[in-house]
Amino acid sequence: MFPLVPNLISEELNLIVALLIGIAFGFILEQAGFSSSRKLAGVFYGYDFTVLRVFFTAGVTAMSGVIILGYLGWLDTDFMYINPTFMQAAVLGGVIMGFGFIIGGFCPGTSVCGMAIGKIDAMVFVGGGLIGVFVYGELYPWFEGITNADAMGPLRIFDSLGMSQGLFAFALIAMAVGAFIATTVIERKVDPDGPAKEFNAATHRLAGLAVLAVGAVLVFLPDYKERMLTAVSDTQYLETHPVKEMTADELAFRLIDRDPRVSVIDVRAAADFASLSLPGAVNIEPRQVFQKEYSELLGQRHTRKVFVSSDEAEARKAALIARHLGYENVYVLCGGIDRFVAQIIMNTPSTADEPCRFQRAAYDPQTAVPPHDELRQAKDTERFRTKASVAMQAMIKEAKQKSVKPVKIVKKVAGGC
Amino acid sequence: MKTTYMNPYLAGFLLGLTLLATIVITGRGLGASGALKSAVVAAVNTVAPQHAHESKFYAENLRSLHENPLKAWLVFEVLGVVIGGFLSGVVSDRLAFVTEKGPRITSTMRLGFALIGGLLFGLGAQFARGCTSGAALSGMAVLSTGGIITMMAIFGTGYAIAYFFRRLWI
Repeated sequence: MFPLVPNLISEELNLIVALLIGIAFGFILEQAGFSSSRKLAGVFYGYDFTVLRVFFTAGVTAMSGVIILGYLGWLDTDFMYINPTFMQAAVLGGVIMGFGFIIGGFCPGTSVCGMAIGKIDAMVFVGGGLIGVFVYGELYPWFEGITNADAMGPLRIFDSLGMSQGLFAFALIAMAVGAFIATTVIERKVDPDGPAKEFNAATHRLAGLAVLAVGAVLVFLPDYKERMLTAVSDTQYLETHPVKEMTADELAFRLIDRDPRVSVIDVRAAADFASLSLPGAVNIEPRQVFQKEYSELLGQRHTRKVFVSSDEAEARKAALIARHLGYENVYVLCGGIDRFVAQIIMNTPSTADEPCRFQRAAYDPQTAVPPHDELRQAKDTERFRTKASVAMQAMIKEAKQKSVKPVKIVKKVAGGC
Repeated sequence: MKTTYMNPYLAGFLLGLTLLATIVITGRGLGASGALKSAVVAAVNTVAPQHAHESKFYAENLRSLHENPLKAWLVFEVLGVVIGGFLSGVVSDRLAFVTEKGPRITSTMRLGFALIGGLLFGLGAQFARGCTSGAALSGMAVLSTGGIITMMAIFGTGYAIAYFFRRLWI
């Protein structure tokens, strides 16, 4: 799954990738006419809307691609760099840059592009840009406060607006197409010889409709992860997709036996995990099951991966996700930690074993075990649990004292302009 | 000198694919002003290393960037932009040392305004953590709230003040 960089591409190779991408970026900017300040400034005076056309088309194309690849599960959007939101700085910086655009006629990327073909005003603009960064650097003590105020993290616009990703994408595409039509009308009035003169009306109309159709499809494309997480939250899905189960007794036996072929995956919140966890358990919340860093642990074919949560429901979801991702030998702990604590650790005498959640219908105590066997079995179980209670308590205490929880190393993609 | 440019929608589509490829391969978007920052940090660090280590802005950037601030992703990307832009200029026969300006101002005035505009853009990009490429365009691709707000602020301000600066361009 993409992106490739944190895990598959080395830092040096990444710089070569940067150079190649830059060449494509620069070539396209120049071909579009972004090396010309007169053309760029035209967007504000109505004689040339090239900036708006190129910019909006590029943004909408990349956004649609991100959503489609995310839906297909090819792009891990959790690893994608989302520009963090600092509300005051975003507005203040944007306003200053708006002045810079009108007065200077370029933005940094386009000025570099203009410089490359010999535009003297572009070279001076780049020089000004360097001075601007230097001024900021020297005055940083004054600017630091507002730059870092209102830190809201990697906020997504559709969450801020309380709508779905797909719906926002469609709205943005519709806005873009609307803006293309309106600006073409304006441009033809302001300058009948402007760039819009060249457009073939039929082709452009067709392209506009195609783009709107893609946008309409996006409305129904949730992110791959969200899709999985929603699917496994559905009771019906859970009932039709059974997962192998392990009883508290079996798990306790294997743990006490120090069976190396069993891994306990605890899917509860970190705080619950910290207060009580089974020996050797690893804390992986359901949506983290997707992450690459756990693939080694979850990918051990011959190890039983026992998913546990408080009451088994969450564990079932995580186990299904794991199985869907291709991990084998996935189990859920019957009754979850709660029952494990009651039956094994506290050894509360209980009359009968409740079946696992989705076995209830098939379970018939009358036919399950003959009465005398059942009695013998109950006695065996009781004996085992009395021993197991002591052993487990000791093991949990021991594990807590060691408490060398594996440090999670999450490689994050660096970004920013 | 030929001045035919590519159809803007086609150029936008290709630019969008480039940006998408960037996100898919590297997990991050395009940028430009970050390279200016690297250059300034590197220059200050060379000319006045002590100042660079005492001043918070440079010190922070020296820490987060590579030991050599020029060995940064955006620096290489912007070098690529220079090469790509030059190649395009060769292909379309647009290489020339010229100053573009509106009809009502002199070249000297234009260069003065270009310097001020560049300065403002460099400054503003530090606040917004990115410019038109890194914050606005890449932010739109990943639907970042901050990026889209910056985009609206740039273009909104541009339209709001365009009238007062019309002498520069028309």
